[in-house]
Amino acid sequence: MDLGLSEQQELLKNAAREFLENECPEQHVRDMEEDDKGYSPVLWQQMAEQGWQGLLIPEEHGGAGFDFLDLSVLLEEFGRALVPGPFMSTVLGGAVPIMEIGSDAQKAEFLPKIASGDLIFTLALTEPSARFDEVGVQAKATVSGNEVSFTGTKLFVPDANVADYMIVAGRSGKGVTLGIVATAQPGVKVTQLQTIARDKQCEVVLDGAKGQLLGADGAGWAALQPVLQKYTVAECAYLVGLSQMDFEIAVDYAKERVQFGRPIGSFQAIQHKCADMVTDVDGSRFIMYKAAWAISSGQPAKDTSIAVNMAKAWCSEATRRVVAHGQQIHGGIGFTKDYKIQLFFRRQKRAELAFGDADFHRELVAQQLGL
Amino acid sequence: MDWSDSPEQAAFRQQVKDFIQKELPERYRSGEESEELSGGWQADRKSDNADHRNTAIAWADSLAKKGWIAPAWPKEYGGAGLSTIEQFIYNQEMAEVAAPMPGGMGVSMLGPTLIVHGTDEQKAEHLPKILSGEVAWAQGYSEPGAGSDLASLQTRAVRDGDEYVINGQKIWTSGGHLADWLFALVRTDPEAPKHRGISFVMMDIKSQGLSLRPLINMGWKHHFNETFFEDVRIPVKNRIGEENRGWYVGMTLLDFERSGIAGAISYKRGQDQIKKFLDTAEGKAFKRVDANMVRLELADRAIETEVLFNFAFRIVSIQNRGMVPNYEASVNKMFGSEVHQRLARSETKLWGLYGNVWDPKSKYAPMGAQHVQDYVGSVPHTIFSGSSEIQRNVIATRGLGLPRG
Repeated sequence: MDLGLSEQQELLKNAAREFLENECPEQHVRDMEEDDKGYSPVLWQQMAEQGWQGLLIPEEHGGAGFDFLDLSVLLEEFGRALVPGPFMSTVLGGAVPIMEIGSDAQKAEFLPKIASGDLIFTLALTEPSARFDEVGVQAKATVSGNEVSFTGTKLFVPDANVADYMIVAGRSGKGVTLGIVATAQPGVKVTQLQTIARDKQCEVVLDGAKGQLLGADGAGWAALQPVLQKYTVAECAYLVGLSQMDFEIAVDYAKERVQFGRPIGSFQAIQHKCADMVTDVDGSRFIMYKAAWAISSGQPAKDTSIAVNMAKAWCSEATRRVVAHGQQIHGGIGFTKDYKIQLFFRRQKRAELAFGDADFHRELVAQQLGL
Repeated sequence: MDWSDSPEQAAFRQQVKDFIQKELPERYRSGEESEELSGGWQADRKSDNADHRNTAIAWADSLAKKGWIAPAWPKEYGGAGLSTIEQFIYNQEMAEVAAPMPGGMGVSMLGPTLIVHGTDEQKAEHLPKILSGEVAWAQGYSEPGAGSDLASLQTRAVRDGDEYVINGQKIWTSGGHLADWLFALVRTDPEAPKHRGISFVMMDIKSQGLSLRPLINMGWKHHFNETFFEDVRIPVKNRIGEENRGWYVGMTLLDFERSGIAGAISYKRGQDQIKKFLDTAEGKAFKRVDANMVRLELADRAIETEVLFNFAFRIVSIQNRGMVPNYEASVNKMFGSEVHQRLARSETKLWGLYGNVWDPKSKYAPMGAQHVQDYVGSVPHTIFSGSSEIQRNVIATRGLGLPRG
């Protein structure tokens, strides 16, 4: 039993922090909010050179062959730096489903190009019903041999505006069916939404969009479960890093900001908020890593499942409390667009909602506990 | 990061499990905290019932053979010299079966203080009696005017030749009525700055002039006492450490594991027992019909308990890497006690009106009224051993480096 990082994880974390402090400063985050693509192709290639897109991908397919726990360490740093762009979409929404479900040929075709930074992927799961369960998948899937075509609307699809391919979930006569669909085809229409985090979530209208069948016809929902677990924990990792940085900025501000002739951080009203923030951030970190460890080390399915649900239920609310305190400690200046703390507040909400908020996961926890 | 045991840890865990399986007396095998055992091992030791007394002695003897009365003490003093991670596993396994632990304040507080600051004579006199269970210790720190601001304590000790003459009052003397000796912080120099005029002393609780008065708590239980000192004379050799250095002597910590894992284990066990009870006909009859809100509250409590487990694992991980926890221990105490209160509230809520039946033996008391009793019993947990407010101050100033107010 040990809750510290391994030597390799320390190296990864330190390298990521140094790289991102240089290459993804606050100004870059702001620029990408107003950028139509929402990411920098130069930075994307640099990240590929760091081996990050391929961190999870086995060496035989051009990756580094690290495990999911290691990726969680990296994603915590991504949250800290608020890294914009299609990294999670590509890795969790593209590489992971292909690694979990794909044929040998699909792995050989796509994984090396993901690792090299040549392909951007996303996962087109949710629809206008905005549900994360199996019933939410209603787009029509028509299977013909190894091919599948989709018709319907996928909504809140991240980074579809820049994705080369989408993993699409639809419904055939046999059930939920997955396909790998190129976005550059007449049957795909992508429209960006304006969201609180100014990330690039999209409406994707599919009209007979063609692609390769991923996994067996009708077996998509079960096949997606490990993917959704990892993506959910990845969002938690991002939230941990985001809330850690928000908290650090707020504590620094409380030490510097003087009112009534003394730093506001000397007032217990502020001190106790800071104490609650560190409790929530630390609580989030370990419940997230417990879930990541459960996935990585192959714990029994029921233990892993509840660990993931508990992690997202807790992280969703705890990090919301943190960023709310962060705003309150900053007072009026924090409400301005120019000041950085708001970047964290707005992004927290996106990740809180992604793959189910606390209400969604709490219900699943209650069910699994037999309550 | 690894939430599972290493092979060595697993082997030690099995050793503790086997010991419990073989040695834990029948009386202590219910696997839960109960009204019957609420006084702990200390109450059994002084029970009027000879069987209970013998059970307490037999259990302590079994533990003593392994050095497990004081598993954290160095071997040379009769402990087992366990590493922090072994102590953690030991505490975890004992908490899993809710085994009553001998030792109390003698093992956790007085012994370590003596080991670090005591003279050879003091160690020889007191340590063996703690290990044999012959002497139980109580703590005299708080006073009516010195709670969170403990260093403002006023109980006065005046030197008179080879003796101190003590006058004043202590409060919240837990288990004083079951104890044989008392250790206390007393003021020996009223002129010095408040932290520098205090001495650490020991005395027989039957000393002339020392009297205890029960302080019944709001749960109608006798746990605390008030302790009064009227010209109590104790030998100067009963002082531990230098005169006026008692504050620092009292702050001494040995290399004990500080995870507080027992709390999380007890909360988890309580939640598991509720689930079992709700599956019975009796449980279904008690459960309120509009239980859906409580159901989700209980899911939150289970999640918070998981967070608390991780906070405990973090502490022992830090210690096992040879480092000393800083603000992390305050986070555990604060968060754990607050989870405890929320849990008791949510669990009591599950029973609606039946949640106000206090009598454990009433046919209208779900699960022996344990939840409403815990609802009351958990009230002081955010107050004693450093209130939640003090813990937040400590986290903010010592942990986060915020300026003191």
